Amino acid sequence: MEQRLANSLIMTVNEKKFIENALVSDIRVDGRRPFDYRNLTIRFGSEDGSSEVQLGKTQVLAFVTGQLVQPYRDRPNEGSFAIYTEFSPMADPSFEPGRPGDSAIELGRIVDRGLRESRAVDTESLCVIAGKLVWSIRIDLHIIDNGGNLVDAANIAALAALSTFRRPECTVGGEDGQELTIHPPDVREPLPLILHHFPVAVTFGFIGKENIVVIDPTHYEEEVMGGSLTATLNTNGDVCAIQKAGGDGVLQSVIMQCLRIASVKAGDITSKIKNAVESYNTQRSLRKIKRHNPSPAVSNVAKHHTERLVLGANEFNVGSQSNEHDTMNEISSTANGFSNRDPNSQSVDTDALRASQPSCATPLDKLNEESTQVNPETKSTQQSSDMNSSASTHEATDIGLQENQSNTLKDAVKPKHKRRKKSTSNVNAS
Amino acid sequence: MEYVSPEGLRLDGRRPMEMRQLRAELGAVSRADGSAVFEMGNTKVIAAVYGPREVQNRSQQINDKALIRCEYTMANFSTGDRLRRPKGDRRSTEISLVIRQTMEACIMTHLMPRSQIDIFVQVLQADGGTRSACINAATLALADAGIPMCDLVTSCSAGYLNSTPLLDLNYVEDSAGGPDVTVGILPKLDKVTLLQMDAKLPMDIFENVMQLATEGCKAVANYIREVLLENTKQLENRRGV
Repeated sequence: MEQRLANSLIMTVNEKKFIENALVSDIRVDGRRPFDYRNLTIRFGSEDGSSEVQLGKTQVLAFVTGQLVQPYRDRPNEGSFAIYTEFSPMADPSFEPGRPGDSAIELGRIVDRGLRESRAVDTESLCVIAGKLVWSIRIDLHIIDNGGNLVDAANIAALAALSTFRRPECTVGGEDGQELTIHPPDVREPLPLILHHFPVAVTFGFIGKENIVVIDPTHYEEEVMGGSLTATLNTNGDVCAIQKAGGDGVLQSVIMQCLRIASVKAGDITSKIKNAVESYNTQRSLRKIKRHNPSPAVSNVAKHHTERLVLGANEFNVGSQSNEHDTMNEISSTANGFSNRDPNSQSVDTDALRASQPSCATPLDKLNEESTQVNPETKSTQQSSDMNSSASTHEATDIGLQENQSNTLKDAVKPKHKRRKKSTSNVNAS
Repeated sequence: MEYVSPEGLRLDGRRPMEMRQLRAELGAVSRADGSAVFEMGNTKVIAAVYGPREVQNRSQQINDKALIRCEYTMANFSTGDRLRRPKGDRRSTEISLVIRQTMEACIMTHLMPRSQIDIFVQVLQADGGTRSACINAATLALADAGIPMCDLVTSCSAGYLNSTPLLDLNYVEDSAGGPDVTVGILPKLDKVTLLQMDAKLPMDIFENVMQLATEGCKAVANYIREVLLENTKQLENRRGV
């Protein structure tokens, strides 16, 4: 009911007229064209399921948490999710602390409608014990800075946070199948949520008597606009939700045109979110592999092979862990068995391998711990294992080369033999 | 569950493009400046308008326009299960906001600066389409109060079940999980002022459903005009014209 909040932005008539007149010539106050979005930056926090989105000057944080609760009586095998919005008073002088106001509730409901009714979040996979225990997902949206168009930014933040959220894996056991064990994240890899599609919200503002349409209105444009339309679409061409809560009337043809523009923009934003989520996931899997830092001379080579390893491993960080384990075993076995196979290259090989062994010893211990959590391997392990073994081959080779410089020409030639031998041994091993 | 039978009849015997029976009555609340009861099938809504009157909260006064306030509540007995929170929950707050902004678009607020117009809407019987019934009732109540408006606002909902666009959903069809499109138009200007949609719909089907809802709105507008005309004739008779 209190639509005129204290300390709300009061614009002079001149400012309002300026914005409207500029739009008649297709110019917006911040230099954009009518259908351009502002710069979108998506960042993730240190925890799974937290995201920070910056859309121009608007900043929104989203946090996703999960809890085991009893399901609703009429939906015994479906999980639930709820959205809570917090319009922090630091975002805008007119936001008051305490209960959410009208616009906060409207924003929460728009984001909720986009996710819930269109079944973007798969709630049936959140069921643990039907009728007794289900996962309840809570999405908290915090507005940090109100630069206009909070709905779009909040929606993107919610989607990004949902994509990176991981819930602990739980297994049901016991005689009657009612005992629940929740595995902590270091014992079993937590599971991501299943998102069927990405409903992206695109907001249009209608400014002036001629109803000029602008996309992604800034705070000043929001004060001037006579009405707004938020369309939530996904990239499959479906309209998930529309909210045009009163305001100036527009023709039906204008609405359909807005929807068409919105579907294009939704595609852009979806690809941006997916890219950001992918890079976050690779960062995450890199963090899981606790690599021991080799000597500086080979660190460049190691870095290069790290990148190659990253390209091979997707979210299956598990696969790469097992690779390391296998490869280290391989090296140690070849170190011992090498002298047996090739008496000529004995001295160089064992020296080189001994030099690399101390550096490999410590990661081996860590990997032994981690490999106990290994889930079944996938096809990528085979490819990555080949790549990885060649990586460590080159590592050992380089160490060998350094030590050889003080020796004769004969020794300089030997690395070639070593490489060939190792490749054949790899072929035998695989 | 089958919502449209093979013969083309819905659960309550209507055709897909058929609206429910409309009934309106003006002047139900004698104390209010304007009031109306609006029924769409089993959905019954009462609206009361107070205003234009002095702004109660001076800090909210707008110097060049009238302040519009709106409150949407559902009576405890309006739904099957007794409602525990008739107002103050998120859905009621959002619908209050939606109705206020919709009526603000058509009321000529610049003619009544520094004043306040209150619209109170209460749902007495809820059987789907309460939002639309509330907007229609508010339009009638505002007309009964004599508040200047640039056009009527009429609203209707439509859905899409069993691959058929359906007009004016009732509660059973609404809770089927299919899409629900609520449209509010200014009939003379032929402009859309309210548009809300939930659940997924491909864009071309959405256009059809929105078109159907708009047709429903125009039918409601015709009915409302008749009611207002009838009411004006009665007022003329009472005045001895």
